[in-house]
Amino acid sequence: MSLLEVKNLKVHFPVKHGLFSRVKAHVKAVDDVSLTVGHGETVGLVGESGCGKTTLGRAIIRLLDPTAGQVFFNGEEITKLKQGELRSRRRQFQMIFQDPYGSLNPRMTVGQIIGEAIDIHKLAATPEARRERISSLLKDVGLDARYADRYPHEFSGGQRQRIGIARALAVEPKLIVCDEPVSALDVSVQAQIINLLMDIQREHKLSYLFIAHDLAVVEHISHRVMVMYLGHVVESAPSKTICRRPLHPYTQALISAVPEVDPESKRKRIILPGDVPSPINPPSGCPFHPRCPIAVDRCKVEVPPLREITPGHWAACHLAGTPAGVSGTKVGGPTLG
Amino acid sequence: MPLLEIKNLKLDFKQGDKLLRAVDGVSFTLDAGETVCLVGESGCGKSVTALSIAKLVPTPPAIYPEGQILLNGQDVLKMGKNELRSIRGGMVSYIFQDPSASLNPVFRVGNQIKESLKLHRPKFATDAEVIRLLKLVGIPAPESRIRDYPHQMSGGMQQRVMIAMALASEPKLLVADEPTTALDVTIQAQIMELLLDLKKRLGMSILLITHNLGIVGDIADRLAVMYAGQIVEMAPANQMLKRPLHPYTKSLMHSVPKLGHELERLNAIPGNVPSIGFMPTGCRFHPRCPIAHSDCSKNVPELVEVEPGHWVRCPYWPEAVGEKPRAQAAV
Repeated sequence: MSLLEVKNLKVHFPVKHGLFSRVKAHVKAVDDVSLTVGHGETVGLVGESGCGKTTLGRAIIRLLDPTAGQVFFNGEEITKLKQGELRSRRRQFQMIFQDPYGSLNPRMTVGQIIGEAIDIHKLAATPEARRERISSLLKDVGLDARYADRYPHEFSGGQRQRIGIARALAVEPKLIVCDEPVSALDVSVQAQIINLLMDIQREHKLSYLFIAHDLAVVEHISHRVMVMYLGHVVESAPSKTICRRPLHPYTQALISAVPEVDPESKRKRIILPGDVPSPINPPSGCPFHPRCPIAVDRCKVEVPPLREITPGHWAACHLAGTPAGVSGTKVGGPTLG
Repeated sequence: MPLLEIKNLKLDFKQGDKLLRAVDGVSFTLDAGETVCLVGESGCGKSVTALSIAKLVPTPPAIYPEGQILLNGQDVLKMGKNELRSIRGGMVSYIFQDPSASLNPVFRVGNQIKESLKLHRPKFATDAEVIRLLKLVGIPAPESRIRDYPHQMSGGMQQRVMIAMALASEPKLLVADEPTTALDVTIQAQIMELLLDLKKRLGMSILLITHNLGIVGDIADRLAVMYAGQIVEMAPANQMLKRPLHPYTKSLMHSVPKLGHELERLNAIPGNVPSIGFMPTGCRFHPRCPIAHSDCSKNVPELVEVEPGHWVRCPYWPEAVGEKPRAQAAV
């Protein structure tokens, strides 16, 4: 049994307008998404801003209430739980946020920030045990135990993100939803945090749902990668496969947009025209067709279902697996391999 | 004569009685039509160096104890208010990291662009010219977009408007300070493509500032890597990207995640950039350096031209070149 199972999750936000706040339309932020995360597994979720990846992460741990669908955690459905019941379950799933500046209370010391979670779940019997636990958590994330008395403003972005990780670890969770944990950081610090997350996963046998917009980062840490576009999952495959043989044209464009240090690499850049369309008024048919380089007439009318093209490799494209589609050969240039 | 010549620039910030040195002896040149990229982590002084070109760092708290910034032969640091006003947004234009914070939310984008035209090219302050500029930066249907407010546009579109505004005065030098950091990867690719295209078509000089070595390859002619207020390596872009000589440049390159290496540890640089006022003695990189020698903490290295056009601030650079990247570097 997998640790987390999400079935047909939908999150729609009403758009209110005018007198009496009539509901005019719905933003379909997440539309019919299913996924599973196994024990000790990392599932990466990639997509541009506005594709619904953060909303999905928040709905899974019920920081937002989903419109429809079910979320099972260790076999128990958590979508219907009441607030009090939910609070005790929250110990098992935690979140790390994008902005290390906004997600730590500036008026609390690091010890208080981490200790709060320990207090709520009554994880330390004595004040000494509590202090010891905070020290060991700080050490786990590579910080000095003396930092417990300092305030968040005394730390750099990377160090703050470590504090956020320590806070998430304080309650010994089984799953951590990481919402763009490294996109606000410099590349060198980003590498430190990714390595730290991988180390912690091994030590604490954690599962991650890792949300980011940079495919290279996601691919480094994830066992499986799901690509989202406009509230839908458009491709899902093991991370090895998705980089070497992407089937969806959107994934291919994302791969080609990954920055490349090597000046020799003659990788073909696919520059997508335009922006992600508004989820209030999504395009007909395949949501990607207005930006798709290989779209055919059928894409404008018919929504492509998520199909299993090869075992374990799912794609939502009419042309995937056909000769007209993305060939499925490697696109990444000489650095792949 | 180069378009821009920075000579031994030093910049201090006054904090109480202390002087904190943010930029320590930076020198480089930028020719007409050339693109130079300043690369480094947050807090290494790259942004204040770039802002100094139009003397945009408020003085006080900033003090320029030494150095010259020669723009077309004239020292910017000695200019008066009126002269500065004519070069700001005139000869030198800026694009900043966060377009939504750089645009005024209560004015239509067309009027914001026109404001720059009124100041620097009053004859061309017309809707037609604004539309031409918006078309130049690749905004679809510019005729209808000039009446939009910034919030009606996406981040990528806003950055295009910022670029159009910067181009309105037909600048000789465009300073782009982390222009794509706030944007998605696909939009980042669009904006970099646009800058590359504009560079070719308009022949202006670009000073691009970034922390990501991955995006400079296509556009840069020369690279300067900064660390803790100093340039540690400077070379033609291809040469440096192929064969970085300074251990910091090398580490920075290895920390960029690459595709096709799933579940591998990244080569992170241990520690943090030293904070201003707490600089290590000797070489400023030695506490984080993978090849540091015992005397690195004592001797201050000089920036030396070790190969034609390739400057390095490390006496042990041959070792850095010989060393293989360590896959299991400790965090």
